[in-house]
Amino acid sequence: MRIRAWYAGAIALAAGMVAATAAVGQDAASTAQEIEKYRQALQDGNPAELWEARGEGLWKKPAGPKNASLEKCDLGLGPGVVKGAYAQLPRYFADVDRVMDLETRLAHCRVTLHGLTPAQATARPFGSPDNRSDNDALVAWVTSESKGATMNVPSAHAKEKEAFALGEKIFYFRGGPYDFSCATCHAADNTRIRLQDLPNLTKQAGAQLAYTTWPAYRVSQGELRTFQWRLNDCFRQQRFPELGFASDASIALTAFLARNANGAEFKAPTIKR
Amino acid sequence: MADPMRIRAAVDAGGVTEVKVLMSHEMETGQRRDAAGALVPAWFIQNVTATHAGKTVLSAQWGPAIAKNPFLSFRFKGAQKGDKVQVTWVDNRGDKRTDEATIA
Amino acid sequence: MHKTLIAAACAAVLAGCAGTGPSGSASDAAVRAKAVETMKTSFKERGIAKLDRLDQDETQSVCSQYSTAAPPKEVAERIEKANMALVKPPSDGKYLGDWKRGEQIAQRGTGFQYSDTRETPVGGNCYACHELSKAEISYGTIGPSLHNFAKIRGYGPDIQKYAWGKVYNAHAYTACSFMPRFGAQGILSEQQLKDVVALLMDPESPVNK
Repeated sequence: MRIRAWYAGAIALAAGMVAATAAVGQDAASTAQEIEKYRQALQDGNPAELWEARGEGLWKKPAGPKNASLEKCDLGLGPGVVKGAYAQLPRYFADVDRVMDLETRLAHCRVTLHGLTPAQATARPFGSPDNRSDNDALVAWVTSESKGATMNVPSAHAKEKEAFALGEKIFYFRGGPYDFSCATCHAADNTRIRLQDLPNLTKQAGAQLAYTTWPAYRVSQGELRTFQWRLNDCFRQQRFPELGFASDASIALTAFLARNANGAEFKAPTIKR
Repeated sequence: MADPMRIRAAVDAGGVTEVKVLMSHEMETGQRRDAAGALVPAWFIQNVTATHAGKTVLSAQWGPAIAKNPFLSFRFKGAQKGDKVQVTWVDNRGDKRTDEATIA
Repeated sequence: MHKTLIAAACAAVLAGCAGTGPSGSASDAAVRAKAVETMKTSFKERGIAKLDRLDQDETQSVCSQYSTAAPPKEVAERIEKANMALVKPPSDGKYLGDWKRGEQIAQRGTGFQYSDTRETPVGGNCYACHELSKAEISYGTIGPSLHNFAKIRGYGPDIQKYAWGKVYNAHAYTACSFMPRFGAQGILSEQQLKDVVALLMDPESPVNK
């Protein structure tokens, strides 16, 4: 009765073989192609779905001191509207009179609806195997509900304009012992670090390619990583202090990069090496 | 308690049902060391079975070489749209998990 | 005085000025000042990375203003002159160390991250941005290929001095270079700098093969 069975092991093995082939003296272009093949081979059965499922559960389940769910959380398109909401974030929220990105807004809702303290709501921004993050799961689910939506980050409000302008300056801010800024690696076309291609985030095409593919399940880490994680880890490599989670600089930089991606189809959660 | 599996199953015009399963599991090899240098004990799914209408349609023995959060895809004949397919895994600690999906 | 007033006015109604001022204008400076202030309240010290890493020196501050465009000639000359003054020749006058150790330094990417400690070996991470030895195919392209560095330019003392200066403080030659100032910022030790220069300059180095 059984016809064929493929095992995850076969996929893992294939991945290992791609890596090995890459190491034996091919030119750079074909190496990048092989890595792309590997990414495509992994698209089917993306473990990010496990985070999405957990996030949906967390969204709908009553929790916290107030024993309420997050289903009344307003992500910008009205209370409880999740579909397409991420493609229009960060944005200005009149109830708090400030611009918020998804993480900041989720933390806000966990305070107002769950009844957590702000410190509790932002206590664990990024997960690890032995310590999972509810934020990762919620972000995975909310972003998955924007899959296929067109990026349309608003800029009509003065505070949205301000966040974008500040984000742009933060992007070009050079500091630390290595004099790095975001622009050091992300302001030119067709460059790479080692073999990793670098998107030019100052241009629409590059920003679209990068922003619309986070969050991603990172195979090398076995974890779902959010766009906030990506920013956080870039600053670590920039030799900066740690970017505060849901901080104003984080929101501003996200606003700058998200708006540069306007017009593109949102594709995440994806899978990356 | 392990997280639920994500199972999708669909039957095509030729009567072949394709099942895709994502499992949430660490799949620790037993070869890695932690920050203190101590071996991290092996912890992996050992047996996977899939059943349809009381019959086993897939039975597999796995080892530590399978990746974390495994993805399994397989096909079998004989099921109808609306039928259920169950998947069960058991790991080397004796932990087990069963989930089912309706064939689309 | 007048300029300061405009800057202050823009800071107050920042949104109105944001993005409208050309680089170097008073409104642009006001947005930049607000961005720096925002960063200082948004970043947290962690491990070896303290908040003083956000205090820009003159070079960092000026280069941030021109984003990716080259600064105007007179600004570039000022930066290059100031940075040239920071280049210290090796104490024994010898530029070349051991290219084999230089290769290890060029491969290593750790050091100075908050995930590192003071004991973490510090690398130059040259391969992240440059091609050097042909044997290493995993190299970046942010900087130019340095393969055959000395074979092309010559092995003489002038080129040795140039290679030393470039690794020590790239801004002395190209204002607002993307390359870290490995000597001037105290990233690599004098011996490590010599080893990297040897990787570029030694006739036996794979870079020149």
